Amino acid sequence: MQIAARRLDQVTIFDITGHIDLANSPELRKILLKELKETKTPRVILNLTGVRYIDSSGVASLVEGLKAARDQNLRFILYGLSPSAREVLQLSRLIKIFEVFDNEQQALA
Amino acid sequence: MQNSGLLLDLTLASDPQLLCVVRAAIERLTEVTGFSPPECRSITRAVDEAVANVMRHAYANGPDKRIDVSCKRTSGMVNGIHREGLEIQLLDQGLPFDKNKLTARSLDEVKPGGLGLHFIRDSMDVMEHSRENGVNRLRLVKYFSADGTGQKSQGE
Repeated sequence: MQIAARRLDQVTIFDITGHIDLANSPELRKILLKELKETKTPRVILNLTGVRYIDSSGVASLVEGLKAARDQNLRFILYGLSPSAREVLQLSRLIKIFEVFDNEQQALA
Repeated sequence: MQNSGLLLDLTLASDPQLLCVVRAAIERLTEVTGFSPPECRSITRAVDEAVANVMRHAYANGPDKRIDVSCKRTSGMVNGIHREGLEIQLLDQGLPFDKNKLTARSLDEVKPGGLGLHFIRDSMDVMEHSRENGVNRLRLVKYFSADGTGQKSQGE
C-alpha cells in the first residue's frame, strides 16, 4: 500500500494504491487519525481508485476514521471504490454510513 | 493429483506481509477451477480473513510461526443434491480457538472489528473448526453453483 497526500484549501485528498490488509491497515489508521484528530482538516477524502483489495482490518480503519471525523464535525469521504472494495463495504452493511462518490469531482463538489 | 483431489499445498510464516501471497494463489486457483469472478473474490476474501485470524489470534501476532493451507477438490450433498466444490484447510499450532470470539458481531453496530468471521461465513458453504493434538484445523468448503456454471473439468 502506498499513500500520498494532496493538501488543498480545507481539503486533504489521500491517494491510496495497492492492497489494504492486516500488514498495513495500522499505518492507514494512524495517518487518518492524525489528519482528523490533530490537523482537523475540514474535509478528508480517500481516493481508492488504485485499491484493489480491502480486508476487515482495513474496513475497521475506515470506520475509525469516520468516527473520528464525526467526533470533530469533519467530513470523511471515499471515492473510486473497486468492485472488491465495494463488496466488502456492502457485505459489512457499512457502505450506507460512508459518504461514497464515483469520482474526485463529485467528492470535491 | 486427480486421485487425492489435491490442488494446492502452501506453508507460510505467520507474517501479515505474506497475506498478499496467499490471496494471489487462492485467487488464481479459484479462477482455474472455474468459479465466477464474484465467487473468486469471495473465496479469496474468506481465506485471507481466516489466515489473518490465525496470525492475530492463534499466534498473537508472532510473525514466525507455521501456517499450512491446502486446497483440494471435494463433493458433498447440499439439500439432497450432489455438488462438486473446493475444500480449503488451514492448520496452525497456536492458541486454541476462543469460542466466545467465534460469533460474528451484529452488523447493526457501527464499530471497527469483528467483521472477518462474518466475511468467511458469508462466503463459504461450510466452516468447521476442530482441534486435535495441539493443532487447530479450519475446514472451509465452497460448492459450485447447482447448475455447475463455470465449473471446469479436472482435465482442463
